[in-house]
Amino acid sequence: MDVWIEIKEHITVQEALDFVQSPDSGGVAVFVGNVRNETKGKPVRQLFFECYAPMALLELEKIAEHTRAAMGIKKIAILHVSGNKLPGDTVVVIAAAAPHRAAAFEACQYAIDTLKETVPIWKKEYFEDGEVWVAAHP
Amino acid sequence: MKILLFGIAKDIAGAPVIQVDAPVAKVAALKEHLYQQYPRLRELKSCMIAVNKVYATDDAALQPDDEIAVIPPVSGG
Repeated sequence: MDVWIEIKEHITVQEALDFVQSPDSGGVAVFVGNVRNETKGKPVRQLFFECYAPMALLELEKIAEHTRAAMGIKKIAILHVSGNKLPGDTVVVIAAAAPHRAAAFEACQYAIDTLKETVPIWKKEYFEDGEVWVAAHP
Repeated sequence: MKILLFGIAKDIAGAPVIQVDAPVAKVAALKEHLYQQYPRLRELKSCMIAVNKVYATDDAALQPDDEIAVIPPVSGG
């Protein structure tokens, strides 16, 4: 399988789409995660993403491998940012290509859901009155 | 042994890397040691330990040259 996993400062939807384009894949699905401008009604000024990059890349590879073995994905790109981001900025892009659309949709859903559960990346939200590591406390 | 910390765990410990010299043979003992040193770690929703870049269970053994990291609740995406 062709897999592109990367964590870097800037990512684009187009580069992920270009990577997964392939004559054997009739279905391509893309998930794009952007910085939301509010959390529970409070305006978000910016986000900061921190990564344990060597482990995060391994966990992302596991996700990609599962989409191949269990869903028949032909090509997948999973791109995530690190560093400071502003509302509207793209922070994660997942593009999955498969012979038929159902697998591509399923792979995107699985990949983003699993990424949020297992991949060692953390985001801090900056509000007007302070900052908080997301989901750290019960 | 050297311990890497990230996210809120790094803020609680006040450093990205700490040195633990207590004799901790297993993950469970390391966690207990860290909870004693940094009680606020107990308040987190979860606190995992990764050994050589893989999530480790409480009964996993630790070697002095392992790469050990404290993984607070992740929030990527």
